[in-house]
Amino acid sequence: MVFLILVLILLSAIVIAGSLGSARISFPDVVKIIASPTPSIDDGIKDTSRIIIWKIRLPRIILTVLVGMGLGVSGAVFQGIFRNPMANPYILGVSSGAAFGVTLGMIMGLQITFLGIGAIPISAFAGAISASVVVYLISGGGRDILPLLLSGIAMGFLLSAMISLLMYFNRSQLENIVYWTMGSFNAANWQKAAITAPVILPGSIFIIIFARDLNLMVLGEDSAKSMGVSVKKSRLIFLLVSTIITASAVAVSGVIGFVGLIVPHAMRIITGPDHRTLIPYSMLGGAILLLIADTIARTIIAPTEIPVGIVTSLLGAPFFLFLLNRMRNPK
Amino acid sequence: MIDELVIETKNLNWAYNGIKVLDNVSMDIRFGTFTGILGPNGAGKTTLIKLFLNLLQVEKNSILIRGKDIKVYSRKELAKIEAYVPQNVKIDFNFTVEQVVLMGRTPFLGRFDRESGKDIQIAERAMKETSVLGLKSKLITQLSGGELQRVIIARALTQEPIIMVLDEPTSHLDIHHQINILSILRTLAEREGLTIIAVLHDVNLALEYCDNLFLLDQGKIVNSGSPEKVITPEIMKDVYNLNVKITKNPFTGNIHMIHDYA
Repeated sequence: MVFLILVLILLSAIVIAGSLGSARISFPDVVKIIASPTPSIDDGIKDTSRIIIWKIRLPRIILTVLVGMGLGVSGAVFQGIFRNPMANPYILGVSSGAAFGVTLGMIMGLQITFLGIGAIPISAFAGAISASVVVYLISGGGRDILPLLLSGIAMGFLLSAMISLLMYFNRSQLENIVYWTMGSFNAANWQKAAITAPVILPGSIFIIIFARDLNLMVLGEDSAKSMGVSVKKSRLIFLLVSTIITASAVAVSGVIGFVGLIVPHAMRIITGPDHRTLIPYSMLGGAILLLIADTIARTIIAPTEIPVGIVTSLLGAPFFLFLLNRMRNPK
Repeated sequence: MIDELVIETKNLNWAYNGIKVLDNVSMDIRFGTFTGILGPNGAGKTTLIKLFLNLLQVEKNSILIRGKDIKVYSRKELAKIEAYVPQNVKIDFNFTVEQVVLMGRTPFLGRFDRESGKDIQIAERAMKETSVLGLKSKLITQLSGGELQRVIIARALTQEPIIMVLDEPTSHLDIHHQINILSILRTLAEREGLTIIAVLHDVNLALEYCDNLFLLDQGKIVNSGSPEKVITPEIMKDVYNLNVKITKNPFTGNIHMIHDYA
């Protein structure tokens, strides 16, 4: 029931996001345009509206929804694996790795493309995956949880220092790099959506199938094993899949904070901590939150756009404090 | 079934980073008995029971579960035979009591199965056994220590195991909760034929509730058998360096240890 309400909220958010912008398009027109991509004779909709929706707004909306879903899912997974409600998808160094990859790529003037995807997403993805693999390996292959957490933090500091160093010697790229790390969807297009969807959607479904193992892992490693879970194997699968999801999200949108931390929290309040329901809810919650944030980011001081990561942090940080407070004084 | 050996170890050795933790441990545990494992800190008690559960790697044929090498069982198969109640369970997520107890059904469910009515019945019976049925909708994070321990035992019972292994199930509990937990376990052994293996730290409680005791010191079994046989003034002097006298508990007639506090 609540799930259906969330689906309705997401659909409404999509229509609202399609309507808002420099050219206002009415809600019914947005629905009509999305429902029938090819123009039919005299439906009274301007061709420009159709182009704006299909070429500009819809790819951006779809990409935002996908990234929001990915961050929501991987946030819930990382919080479960680390048995810590304060964990987030960037805990294994995905964000700093991606930022490092992008910094390096921009400075070297990398000019590669792959399946219509440019150099920045490719270097971000490569950096994110490499950093997490290194963190995983130096912490002893995830045998224990604490070394993994600490190695992730150490890796974050190391890469940040290296990014700063690179920026210091390449000041011409400073603005581009800083802007990328704030997160934005203004370079969204259908190619990005088309390459992100086959990673994030199957990855999320895969995680939903294995979600019961996460419930048991929250009770502790030995307990989970004694109930028949192969903890090491499950943990590796979860880390791998959610790292790939996070890395592809970061690759197409930059570092967007707080979504992966806050969405699973909020959803846990609505539906409880059972990961079999929490993860589908977190997909929806992430999509809704990020779509709203991005719509605010591109319309609030139009025609100027602010990076969506700033909006999520502005909304997210106070909410996070509220949650902390709630945890300290439960009811 | 009554005389069946459910767990046997044969000259079990185990070392961690080259340091010997268990040294030539041989023991037999029979079906339906309540076995206590005693010994000072660092004696290897927790290691021993973790080996019983295949939570630590052990050499081939050094532990037999129902006559078969523990290594031949898959985790799932073993989970249908043995259940584990670890020490100091801490859960930071707001699961309800019922959700946690139902997790015990996991070894019986396929990847795509949801818990059926039968699984819920089994969980409810387990909660009744440990008197937590009334708490089933409460959040696990809001329970007292004694309540939480009874919930974890109910979760273990929901696995419908033959053997339940518990690591210091009464530590950090008030004395009346300690007695409550051990009485529940005693009843389960007597009425349901559950084999209970518990690491215990209170010698007198072990004397009251256990059928058999193993006393471990520095990785070796120094004494085993019935409570009267295992706990003697000489042994207590050797292992714990304590002066004790053995008397009878006037309430129960079981043997009881008293200390010379000087």
